[in-house]
Amino acid sequence: MSNQRISGDTKYLFKRDRTWWVKLSVPRPLRGVLGYDLRRSLHTQDIEAARRARWEAIEEFRAKIEKLRAEQSGEVAEAPAATVSDPDRTRPAKDGIRRVDQHIVEIVSDSGEGAQKCGQILGLVSGKMGNGVWTVEIIPAEIQPPARERQGASGIRVRMGSKKITNMGNEADMVVAFNEQVLYSRIDNGAYRKGTIVLLESMWAEDPDERIRKQYQEALADFHAQGLIVHELPIQKECLKLVNDPRRGKNMFVLGMLCRIYHRDTDKAKIEIAKTFKKKGDKVIKINHDLFDAGYAFARDNLDYEFEIPAAEKDRLKSAVVINGNTAAGLGVMAAGIELVSMYPITPATSASHYLAEDFHLTGGFVHQAEDEIAAIGFAIGASYAGKTACTITSGPGMALKTEMIGLAVMAEIPLVIIDVQRGSPSTGLPTKVEQGDLLASLYGAPGDSPKIVIAAATISECFHFVVMARKLAESFRTPVILLTDANLATGVQPIERPDVSEEWFAAPLDQSAWDENVAPYDWDEATGLSDRPIPGMRGGEYILTGLAHNRHSKIAYDSASNQEGMNMRSRKLTTLAATMKPPEVHGDPTGDLLIVGWGSTLGAIEEAVDLARLQGKKVSTLHLRFLSPLEPGLKKIFSGFKKVMTIEINYSDDPDAPMINKENRRISQLALMLRAHTLIDIDCWSKVPGHPLQPGAIGRVIDARLAEIEGASSCSA
Amino acid sequence: MFGLKGDWSLEVKDRYFTLQDYCGAEPRWCTGCGDHGILAAVHRVCRDSQIRPEKTVAVSGIGCSSRLPHYMNTYGFHGLHGRALPVACGIKSRRPDLDVWVATGDGDCFSIGAAHWIHAMRYNMDLTLLVFDNGIYGLTKKQTSPTTPMDVPTNTHPSGALLPPLNPLTVTLGVTNISFVAQIVDWNAVLRHEVIKKAHEHKGTSFVRIIQRCPVYVEAIGKRLQNEPARLKLLTHEKGIQLDDGVKNMFPNRAEHDPSDLAAARALAQDEEVLPLGILYHNPDAPRYETMSSVGLEMSVDEKLAGMNEALDHFAI
Repeated sequence: MSNQRISGDTKYLFKRDRTWWVKLSVPRPLRGVLGYDLRRSLHTQDIEAARRARWEAIEEFRAKIEKLRAEQSGEVAEAPAATVSDPDRTRPAKDGIRRVDQHIVEIVSDSGEGAQKCGQILGLVSGKMGNGVWTVEIIPAEIQPPARERQGASGIRVRMGSKKITNMGNEADMVVAFNEQVLYSRIDNGAYRKGTIVLLESMWAEDPDERIRKQYQEALADFHAQGLIVHELPIQKECLKLVNDPRRGKNMFVLGMLCRIYHRDTDKAKIEIAKTFKKKGDKVIKINHDLFDAGYAFARDNLDYEFEIPAAEKDRLKSAVVINGNTAAGLGVMAAGIELVSMYPITPATSASHYLAEDFHLTGGFVHQAEDEIAAIGFAIGASYAGKTACTITSGPGMALKTEMIGLAVMAEIPLVIIDVQRGSPSTGLPTKVEQGDLLASLYGAPGDSPKIVIAAATISECFHFVVMARKLAESFRTPVILLTDANLATGVQPIERPDVSEEWFAAPLDQSAWDENVAPYDWDEATGLSDRPIPGMRGGEYILTGLAHNRHSKIAYDSASNQEGMNMRSRKLTTLAATMKPPEVHGDPTGDLLIVGWGSTLGAIEEAVDLARLQGKKVSTLHLRFLSPLEPGLKKIFSGFKKVMTIEINYSDDPDAPMINKENRRISQLALMLRAHTLIDIDCWSKVPGHPLQPGAIGRVIDARLAEIEGASSCSA
Repeated sequence: MFGLKGDWSLEVKDRYFTLQDYCGAEPRWCTGCGDHGILAAVHRVCRDSQIRPEKTVAVSGIGCSSRLPHYMNTYGFHGLHGRALPVACGIKSRRPDLDVWVATGDGDCFSIGAAHWIHAMRYNMDLTLLVFDNGIYGLTKKQTSPTTPMDVPTNTHPSGALLPPLNPLTVTLGVTNISFVAQIVDWNAVLRHEVIKKAHEHKGTSFVRIIQRCPVYVEAIGKRLQNEPARLKLLTHEKGIQLDDGVKNMFPNRAEHDPSDLAAARALAQDEEVLPLGILYHNPDAPRYETMSSVGLEMSVDEKLAGMNEALDHFAI
């Protein structure tokens, strides 16, 4: 930076690396889409040239802002969706059908009214039509919370797009609400914006309870005041024409409505409906098909909304499967040749086992529901010890209970795949909601030094492929492997490339050949820490596995040298693995002002925010880690190419502005803590525990704030 | 004699195992400890049944009892306190070809591992489950166990246990799907051997509670029983164990008991004054979990690939 002060008019201008840039602040309501400001380089070092050139850019920026403002205020029916990647792509199509790049729709209801099922089918159908999709479930922790209560809101968000969708997005474009109170719960979460279309069940206006009628009318006025575009629809009344109790069935009516509005393939939808109710028989399927048709006709005759979302994702994928992360993990277990999953029910992990209970027999596997979390991992360890590398699937509180067993698997070098579908913790915490809070516990949760492999899936595709990798790593390195996913990935439905399953992914057949008696059961290679293991049934390999300190012969050994050697060897395996890895790739330029480091399910939201910021000319890049133990190599070098490095995570850190917090005593987020220790670089963090996935808009605001700080720091030093 | 059968015909096997083939490290239990005799019985039963050492796994938890695998020359798994049973069940689940033994104690099984005890009994996998019940925590130096009598002082209860001891037999006999429940004392070698042999032969979880002497910490418990033979009752029946009259006569208190009679077994177990010895309950037909958990073991790679593709088809566009 030049330290020569520029006198005179520098309105809208700023200087970066000797070049002049122009920037214009974006009005607050539009920042979710456009970011904090619009900026671009003027490609000149001459202040006079910059002064002349700025006006063209400012005019262009203003036009962009005005256009979006028009789209978002009132005229939503004309131009409903502003896409993040390219707002210009929203344009009316012929015949009143509006073509959009993407749309976010929510369905919210009381628990038990089937909003999730409705949205899941909408997501599946969209995926199967070749659209990009991401779904996020809104789940109350109770099975049957009281009706018409904000806390009891149950539902789902479906983000549909032309191309690949990787996260939940920002504010929804449309919402179907079964009552006005559950809608409030979502409003409280900032789920909507001015102009969001609300399709609201109108039955409450005529409720016999005066209090409810009043609540409804007040809410209606409030929604209008907030700028929501509310349409009251007699959904209940319409459903009553077909069924006696629309509490069951209303969801299929709504599905019909949404399939009309979004031009979804009705045949595909009916196939999914039939699948959903196949266990309940043809009669139930018929009723639900009728409700679906009625909803479709109702929307056709009564609603003016019609959107077309061209299906371009199918062009990218050779052959797709539409699945959520837990199903992906279950399929991954099968593709890895794992024969046994031993589990205990725990939200949000259990649905992986539900899936396996349906299909595991196709590859000869078995789901064992153990008496508790400890028994679940003990059972898996037993099978693994006997040569059948097994898997246990759990969530944070289950991980806590399994800790002693994980330590045993590390100590005795037993291969094992542990899938932790993270939820909000500590303790019982937020059972149904997402958090990335188990990272440090996974690495350091056991007493003593307990080196193990820890990897984190960032996408639904990785939920599948990382299980295959985990089994291989577990066996090659004779160690437990913890695979971290989370509640966001667990329930997020997305079309992914269909895995081309290979025989090589399966576990090798059980080896029962004779063992060379001269080879010890822990014949550690000094250089790598690796050793082969005898498996029961191998003649000559008989040994007694023990969790006590032991020597190469697996004999209990309390002496200093043996203990030190065992610890060295177990740790050396991680170094050996790290030596085989390449440095991770930076998304964006390899150098710049700000590098955001993430891990796990935040990938899609972070990259979407970073891509938008880069479109606006900001020098921000991102790096996403998959290996947490051992850490991927080359991080220090990559980090040194940026003025500032920060992590963005869904786990707790002290707000820097909180009372008494300063740079020294601030408790920082989990990956940031690890990376600081690992690189000795002053890594910052932004982390929150909102109980829902991070949204690109929020991340964009963090990027802007941090860039402003960097800029401020630069001009201070100037 | 090697290979010579009862009918004087000769069966030549490629391998014949002697007691030595099952003996591992030198036992480190205290002199006079009942565990030595139990180990000897296990070695003998292994030898008599000629099970292959490489196909045998001895699993244990933590405690004096749980050192047993180290004294076997087979595969072994010396794991965590209370958790022998889940590990043993996991081994058996996908390797029903392995012969699995479990050595555990009153603290390991009835206290920290109690949940697994109940559920393993219900799974009824083919395991030989030996509970070394000395009524005390020995390895950690004399703390109260669930079966410590109230009049025995311990380091955690110097005035004696606060509550009457747990009755492991009534608990076990109360579990659904049990198939074999027996009780012995460690100091009668013939009874010990016969019951452990029957337990090993049985297909299902064979629960054998072994009242075992700990001369170091609670010598009184064993001494009392040895001095009062009337407190022991030998169960005899054609379906039970067969003993010579000489052995039977060592037990003045005897009763005919049909081991298929669960109600009678429970009544015998309920008696806190007299300890029944022998087989209390035996049901050879109870379903075994490993017959269900091992489904699909025989599938070929091609079948699995086809199955995998079928599974993916369920989600295809």
